[in-house]
Amino acid sequence: MSANAQDQVARMLALVPYLRARDGILVEKVAHDFGVGPAQIVKDLKVLWFCGLPNSVTGDMIDIDMDALDGERTVRLANADFLPRPLRLAPHEALALIVALRALREASGPDERDAVDRALVKLEAAAGDVAGRASVVDVHIDPVDARVRATVDHALRESRQLDLTYYVPGRDETTQRVIDPMRLIFSEGHGYLEAWCHRVDEVRMFRLDRMLEVTLLHSQARPPLAAQRTDLSGGLFQPDADDPIAILELEPSARWVADYYPVESRVESGGGRLRVSLRFSSEGWLERLVLRLGGGAAVIEPETLARRVSGRAADALALYAPVEHASS
Amino acid sequence: MTAKKSERLMNLTICLLVSRHFIGKDRIRQAVEGYRDLGDDAFDRMFDRDKEELRILGVPIEVGPIERAFDDDVGYRIRRDRFELPEVNLEADERAVVGLAARVWQHASLASATTQGLRKLRAGGVDVDESALSIIEPQLATDEPAFDMVFEAVTERRPVEFAHQRSGRGEPVVRNLEPWGIVSWHGHWYVVGHDRDRDAERMFRLSRISGDVRFTGAAGSFERPRDLDLRRLTESLAPPRPHESATVRVRRGAADPLRRRASRSRQVDEVWTELEVAYGSGQSLTDELLSFGPDVIVMEPPEVRESVVRRLSSLAGASPSVSGTARGSASVRADAQGSPR
Repeated sequence: MSANAQDQVARMLALVPYLRARDGILVEKVAHDFGVGPAQIVKDLKVLWFCGLPNSVTGDMIDIDMDALDGERTVRLANADFLPRPLRLAPHEALALIVALRALREASGPDERDAVDRALVKLEAAAGDVAGRASVVDVHIDPVDARVRATVDHALRESRQLDLTYYVPGRDETTQRVIDPMRLIFSEGHGYLEAWCHRVDEVRMFRLDRMLEVTLLHSQARPPLAAQRTDLSGGLFQPDADDPIAILELEPSARWVADYYPVESRVESGGGRLRVSLRFSSEGWLERLVLRLGGGAAVIEPETLARRVSGRAADALALYAPVEHASS
Repeated sequence: MTAKKSERLMNLTICLLVSRHFIGKDRIRQAVEGYRDLGDDAFDRMFDRDKEELRILGVPIEVGPIERAFDDDVGYRIRRDRFELPEVNLEADERAVVGLAARVWQHASLASATTQGLRKLRAGGVDVDESALSIIEPQLATDEPAFDMVFEAVTERRPVEFAHQRSGRGEPVVRNLEPWGIVSWHGHWYVVGHDRDRDAERMFRLSRISGDVRFTGAAGSFERPRDLDLRRLTESLAPPRPHESATVRVRRGAADPLRRRASRSRQVDEVWTELEVAYGSGQSLTDELLSFGPDVIVMEPPEVRESVVRRLSSLAGASPSVSGTARGSASVRADAQGSPR
């Protein structure tokens, strides 16, 4: 119960100054701005109706026009001069906002950085002492090739198409394609350009550090209506439920895989080893991952993959055999 | 229940906010309706709980003497200048970036803290639009169970103790740390600080902390270095940048990323091109070269060549179905056994 009352009080302390400045606003709009349902806002208003200056019988309570609320679904609040401003930012709120803006600054191109800086100065001033604490949180985003970044920014700003030479690690292949840029996403240390790809007619994520060449075209970028922005709420890469599952046994040296990729299950299997299952969309990608782990991971399933990996490794090993020359 | 309690907390806040002086408990009890019908003990308990709940919300309730000669009881008040959000005036482009901040945290409690903060800004007259389509979206994901405790320890300057699993080693080691900062570096969260046992600066990846993080001191019980530069410190503790050079051969049509960063390249024959590639750590170069399988051969340096061969042997031996190339692999495997990892 207590968390509910706290949430409600926090909301009402903001609701009063919000409504004082927005006389006659629709209750649905209020609900949207506060991230709750309209019924909750109505409940809040009915509580506020009983709040006001102490020792008052009628005149000094907050006044809410209940007819307008029932009829036109608008909110009219009066007689709340004692609450003209919201409560100041709590330390964790200020900290979360400032660090989020710092991350945004780190991800921004030079053109947007100025606005972020100005916003930061103002919010830090409003946060007071807390702002100093934010200096102990640092978000670093790996720099990408400045020319690539400038070209991508330019294309996004002016909605222009890009001609992209892109490295696909899963196939160890360099590809050429025209894309309609949609947005830049920075997640887990890498920058990605989300774009409509004319080569496959789908929305794809292109990692900035795998863009080998990128040329700004004169043509306008017009992603089709079907080009939906990826829902990022569950993380950048959501495995497809239809993708096949692999089971890997990770040695201690390869346990990082379980932190880095979305694994479906993880079971300690003794001696510091970890058995994980994960979904994969490209067999080439998984094969290269297991090769990279160099014996740190054993493929339990699928067996075809286990055979392919050991076959590739044996072929590679043959190149180092003393009698054979490095030119097969 | 909730409505009654919310009403009482609101009325208590208003009562303390409009009073110019400290006011005593008795007067508060008279003024706030929810308290009036309670017995003495029940009132005391409820009043203490309510004060605490408001304090958690960030309402600054102050305690001080009541200015009456015959009464040395304490009273309570809320100073308006400490309660109210100061005026914030944002330009249109500043409002736009603040709206984007709402989508940065992919972490339940920090995402909700950001939303609460934006709600207050909006109530303070700043029209922030959180739903605007953005062209830049940084995300801060924090799946690490240790994150919340370490975040608090860092911001409150509380020393901590935790078990940390070193990469590639078996048993976790207990660390005692004065956490100076928390850093997102190459997509992972690290805590940076002074390791009390080793008396040195250290950096620990949060995802390698196993079990609970324990506070070992009160808030403010250590000082951070005055000239602390988190970015520089992180860089100095992180793996080195490329400074050595390796010679590798790549098969026709393969390993484009290696070709692109090669400082020199020479055609050996129709199939193979020889490249000079800079690298920082032999370990990560080995990892990268392994991923190309039989499309890459390492020539130099010998230690990278050896570790590639050793790990290929381990990979090739993982399945008994290796056939055609058995002779080559068998002979190298015999070599590799001389120097087990």
